Amino acid sequence: MAERVLVKGTEAIGEAAVRAGCRLFFGYPITPQNELPEYMSKRMPEVGGSFLQTESEVATINMVYGAACTGRRVMTSTSSPGFSLMQEGVSYMAGAELPAVLVNVVRGGPGLGDIQPAQGDYWQATKGGGHGDYKLIVLAPSTLQEAVDLIGLAFDLADEYRNPVIVLADGVIGQIMEPVTFPEFRDPDTLPKHDSWALQGAVGREKHVVTSFDIDPVVLEKMNFELVDKFERIESKEKRWEEYKLDDADVVITSFGTIGRISKSVVEKAREEGIKVGLFRPITLWPFPYERLEEIVKGKKLVLDVEMNMGQMLEDVKLAVKDNAPIAFYKRMGGMVPTPEEILNALKMELGR
Amino acid sequence: MAMQIIQKKPESLTDKEFTYCPGCTHGITHRLVAEVLDELGIREKTVTVGPVGCSVFAYQFFNTDATVAAHGRAPAVATGIKRARPDLCVFTYQGDGDLAAIGTAEIMHAANRGEKITTIFINNAIYGMTGGQMAPTTLLGMKTTTTPYGRNSNNDGYPIHVSEIIKETKGVAYLARVKVNTPQDVQKAKKAIKKAFLAQLKGIGFGMVEVLSTCPTNWGLDPVAALKWLDEHMVPEYPLGVFVDKVGDEQ
Amino acid sequence: MTTRIIFAGFGGQGVMLMGQILSLAGMLEGKHVTWMPSYGPEMRGGTANCTVVMSDEEVASPVTEKAEVVVAMNIPSLLKFQDDVIPNGFLFINQSVIDRDSNRTDINVIKVPCNEIADELGNLKVSNMAMLGAVVGGTDIVSTDNLFKALEKKLGSKASMIEINKQAVMKGYELAKASLVK
Repeated sequence: MAERVLVKGTEAIGEAAVRAGCRLFFGYPITPQNELPEYMSKRMPEVGGSFLQTESEVATINMVYGAACTGRRVMTSTSSPGFSLMQEGVSYMAGAELPAVLVNVVRGGPGLGDIQPAQGDYWQATKGGGHGDYKLIVLAPSTLQEAVDLIGLAFDLADEYRNPVIVLADGVIGQIMEPVTFPEFRDPDTLPKHDSWALQGAVGREKHVVTSFDIDPVVLEKMNFELVDKFERIESKEKRWEEYKLDDADVVITSFGTIGRISKSVVEKAREEGIKVGLFRPITLWPFPYERLEEIVKGKKLVLDVEMNMGQMLEDVKLAVKDNAPIAFYKRMGGMVPTPEEILNALKMELGR
Repeated sequence: MAMQIIQKKPESLTDKEFTYCPGCTHGITHRLVAEVLDELGIREKTVTVGPVGCSVFAYQFFNTDATVAAHGRAPAVATGIKRARPDLCVFTYQGDGDLAAIGTAEIMHAANRGEKITTIFINNAIYGMTGGQMAPTTLLGMKTTTTPYGRNSNNDGYPIHVSEIIKETKGVAYLARVKVNTPQDVQKAKKAIKKAFLAQLKGIGFGMVEVLSTCPTNWGLDPVAALKWLDEHMVPEYPLGVFVDKVGDEQ
Repeated sequence: MTTRIIFAGFGGQGVMLMGQILSLAGMLEGKHVTWMPSYGPEMRGGTANCTVVMSDEEVASPVTEKAEVVVAMNIPSLLKFQDDVIPNGFLFINQSVIDRDSNRTDINVIKVPCNEIADELGNLKVSNMAMLGAVVGGTDIVSTDNLFKALEKKLGSKASMIEINKQAVMKGYELAKASLVK
């Protein structure tokens, strides 16, 4: 078995990307994710890749667009305000069907906010963020091992569907250290070449064009329909989630990312007090696992959604739960991270205990 | 008796008909770029990065792999392509709104990094595609749809001299301002464009050619008058010349 | 079993490093472990702190209100975290800097003269290692074997420092063992 190593979250994400065959990284400094570009600036030259510190997140995402046009694996990382700046380029990439992995280490907002862990970018990530009809695959890790695994998956999904994939982390995931096992280095020869569409020089073939643009509405609508077909394909195939102690549970906690793991401690503590609680943790925030959540909550006493935002995933939870169970919501914001103890107290209040 | 072809369309242009207005000099510059790509034998390794603006359709006209960048971001997109595939030749084709207004940061930093890409910068002192609004390069006193009383420096600032600013950055390997309103100027422009590509191909640094261009439609002139207007008004504000040449003489 | 340890002190007292070395030792011991640096309001007030959660099972919450072990390297840290120790838990006090007692009587309090130990060894920089040794001596949370391995891994490039760090660890370790016997 491969060696376990103790690494910081940002480093885990960076090394996982390198192992997945990423040889191109563009980034602009913003807290709390600076160790990731720093790591890549050291690592890229070691593996024959290219690292560039850009003049802005606007430039960053367009460099990612350019690199992705060649069919090579490319990644960037940023934090909330930086991701807002990238939205134009993200929309273009979705329209042009370009594969890339975008890491957002979410911090407190809106505006400048602060540099502490938060989940306030859920809507931006899952509902669009930029202009036009598009979806991004959104993966939310809750541990560093999961972050490592999801980075590999993110590149594979990006390539398979020719679509940008977001890894939505937060300051906790970015800053903690945990032992992880890295996968082996991906053999570059096994990576998708994208020869059928990528810009690699029109040698002995018709030219390739990569664009999100067509002036003719008849043609553009056709492009739109094709995108929708793709998104429906992703919805039918790529929903991922974790179920934890749900079989005998009376109460279902729904939460993602860092709160997802904190909620596991709540489950344990509640059970010590005789309250049967289980956890449903979406791993793909888009596509959201509506059907499975609906199935699970039938006959439950309570669904408690817990987030570090004003109730963003709550909307999807409501869409899934419908009137099958009462829903309560507990939130912290502004970079405040709830402890298991306070979530348990909130849960007991809801149950009238 | 065999017939001899003395002139033909460059291979680096597609059969697609240009969509530019009558008298617009975009078409001339397109052809010059295509001739240079042919002469350098690099069509098959070239990627065109088109802009947003009148030349948004450039991706259809150049017979190379191509993409369209977001408004102003072509130098960043070209950087991404070049970093991923240093073996390719990458050029951006941008207008003055794209390059000198919304894309100021991207062009400045691409030049300063000495990014090994080539930029063709069309300066016609006006926004064409959106309907004749003021460009950053619009001349003082010039009437546009957003300067109906003429560009007023007190309100609108001054015509921006991108080449004069960029020439100070150390990464630039070739930089010239040319015009294409007479046959002689067309020949000079082609030489400049070739050098701007050679700057990239030889790995020296960033190459750019600013092409003073006409916009009869939005200037409100007929094509011939527009060619003359360019000499009378554009050239005094934007003097022609080679600002940087680290490429040296060919062959 | 899950053990939560809070290390707190001034920036520069090597608080983060203590937590990281212990985490590494825990990993070498085959345990699940999470190290988390100070976050949110914890960062205010000039104290640096980190939390280590070590467990036989996968670590769920890296965030905690209570801890089995608190290490206070300075007075603000003592005042801030002493109430977080669970009954019968451990509070380690850096006696060289903290001139007062804890208000807790339901926990194990172990005082460590970190600076004096380091001074005796001839290098003040190893005072945090004296404390780390005491933590391991007092709680047996990892073996000294794995602690030394972690130390060597972490200080790899400063091989000359390893011996004196180990000595500091052992001094703290023995002191903690002795004070528990009392």
